[in-house]
Amino acid sequence: MDKQEQTQPSPDTAARPATAHAAVQPRWEHFEHKADIGVRGIGPSIESAFEQAALALVAVCTDPARVRPVVQVELQCAAPTPELLLVEWLNALIFEMATRKMLFSRFSVQIDDQKLRATVWGEPIDVARHEPAVEVKGATYAELVVQRAADGAWVAQCVVDV
Amino acid sequence: MDITKLERVSETEWCIPPTGRMRVPVVIYATEQLLKEMDDKVVEQACGVATLPGIQKAALAMPDAHWGYGFPIGGVAAFDADEGGVISAGGVGFDISCGVRTLLTGLHKKDVLPRQKELADTLYRWIPAGVGSTGNLHLSVKELDEVLANGAVWAVQHGYGTPEDLDRIEEHGRMEGADPACVSNQAKKRQQDEMGTLGSGNHYLEVQEIVEIYDEDIAKVYGLRLGEITVSIHCGSRGLGHQINTEYLKEMTAAAQQHGIHLPERELACAPIKSAVGQRYLGAMRAAINCALANRQILSHLAGKAFAEVFPGVRLTLLYDVSHNTCKVEEHIVDGKRKRLFVHRKGATRSYGPARSDELPAAFRSVGQPVLIGGSMGTCSYILAGTDTAEAKAFASAVHGAGRALSRNQALKQWQGRQVIDELAGRGILIRSPSTRGVAEEAPGAYKDVSAVVDAAEQAGLARKVARCKPLICIKG
Repeated sequence: MDKQEQTQPSPDTAARPATAHAAVQPRWEHFEHKADIGVRGIGPSIESAFEQAALALVAVCTDPARVRPVVQVELQCAAPTPELLLVEWLNALIFEMATRKMLFSRFSVQIDDQKLRATVWGEPIDVARHEPAVEVKGATYAELVVQRAADGAWVAQCVVDV
Repeated sequence: MDITKLERVSETEWCIPPTGRMRVPVVIYATEQLLKEMDDKVVEQACGVATLPGIQKAALAMPDAHWGYGFPIGGVAAFDADEGGVISAGGVGFDISCGVRTLLTGLHKKDVLPRQKELADTLYRWIPAGVGSTGNLHLSVKELDEVLANGAVWAVQHGYGTPEDLDRIEEHGRMEGADPACVSNQAKKRQQDEMGTLGSGNHYLEVQEIVEIYDEDIAKVYGLRLGEITVSIHCGSRGLGHQINTEYLKEMTAAAQQHGIHLPERELACAPIKSAVGQRYLGAMRAAINCALANRQILSHLAGKAFAEVFPGVRLTLLYDVSHNTCKVEEHIVDGKRKRLFVHRKGATRSYGPARSDELPAAFRSVGQPVLIGGSMGTCSYILAGTDTAEAKAFASAVHGAGRALSRNQALKQWQGRQVIDELAGRGILIRSPSTRGVAEEAPGAYKDVSAVVDAAEQAGLARKVARCKPLICIKG
């Protein structure tokens, strides 16, 4: 998990080889939970859905477009099921953001069986520019879903505690 | 909520008898109006809690209950370890020992109003608030272990406040049984730069005016006088508590399966109190309680510094410090027998009345403990007193706050931060926050009516109203 300065991020989602479901546009959204907030990533692959869920996570705190992808961090995690792997992934990001005082805006995820490896890019929190609204305390098992829909799109979602 | 499924016991008490896997009934304390406004999920989640092994009497929901994870927020449940009872990370919550403390300033509104802006700016300079903020304290793991073992006692030993403060904190400022060895290095890493910080979200430091006294006798005992100024702090165990919950939630999911405990939803993750995981979580959770007690003690000291800058010679004295996300070992009577129970309060405040005088600070023995209910920037806060009736009804528990009426996204669609700040300024409430979006998400209109919640708690006998406080300054994370 070394931090490096980098101006040219490595290939991420856009550069991943096309799949049978490349027509699915990677995107993220929030969904309603009264006290907290749900994060949902959608993409043509499970990796893409996880990357988009990460963007949704950052968007709880700030507009990801305001976060410059200038510092690179490597991280990895593992879990026995795709659902638990999503929680691990989001919690790993929450931990890195909390301890490095950073925000991330670009993600490249590789999933191999029960293991996830990722390169993520972001920058230290700049309160004036990012205006971070609220820190995420942790990812929860509430509304936790990782599945492939009938149209081939992967969906990865859960509620996060803020 | 569809209330036809509930049996009405009284004006403010509703019951769902056990069915299926439920071991005990669900009891909800609320007025009909509050109940109708509650999520159906509250009942669903309380019914899930009622299925857990070793649960005593009933799974309870307070008048401010709302949809949480596993346990409803505003939920109370007590377990007997000797009957296979469990401890649940989800039943305590992510922000372990989140709570409220109220300090008395001895100042009158007429002293503060002419210098309100200066005080707001000074407090904002002293109190680290918001995402990524750090204080002046950067602790080594060894130093942090001392905080986790000793709580507010550590803070006082290091010059934050005075020994007299400790008597005005639950557990006398130090939770027994905390074990820093049960806290992971990751959780400690998350906390090393976060001691003495407010956090974000619904956490705040407010300067308030006492605008109404309901019970003169108790107010006198508490030192509350109309028109005088108080300071209230709402925050918890910061990153340490969040990380502990994250890790033990995972471990308890596996433990529940291993011990054959059926979980209606994964967030009810729990382990038998007598299991190795259960014991380690207890040690870690108590360490997080100490972290929260030390954190609020440090913040009080910083607030005192800010006040002294604006009002030389003024000293803040602590009324009381309560936690509303905890599991505590307490004795309660169940079916005529005195039992030692593990009482989970997730978004619920302990409400000890005079009958538990030997467990209260000397000053409160005749009237019960202060039960501190937080508001939200524009809405009032309440100071209540614990009652003896809360003992039989709810394992001596009461409400903790208003609870959200609108989600963050709904709030963002309805308000802009600048507009909220200007509107509140027009009502004499100064907001200082690093994030205007954060202010919009926490707009007072996004919360339920705290007065309705407090009135229901009093009507149900869970606590007694003593005073109402209106915010003048809010430092928002």
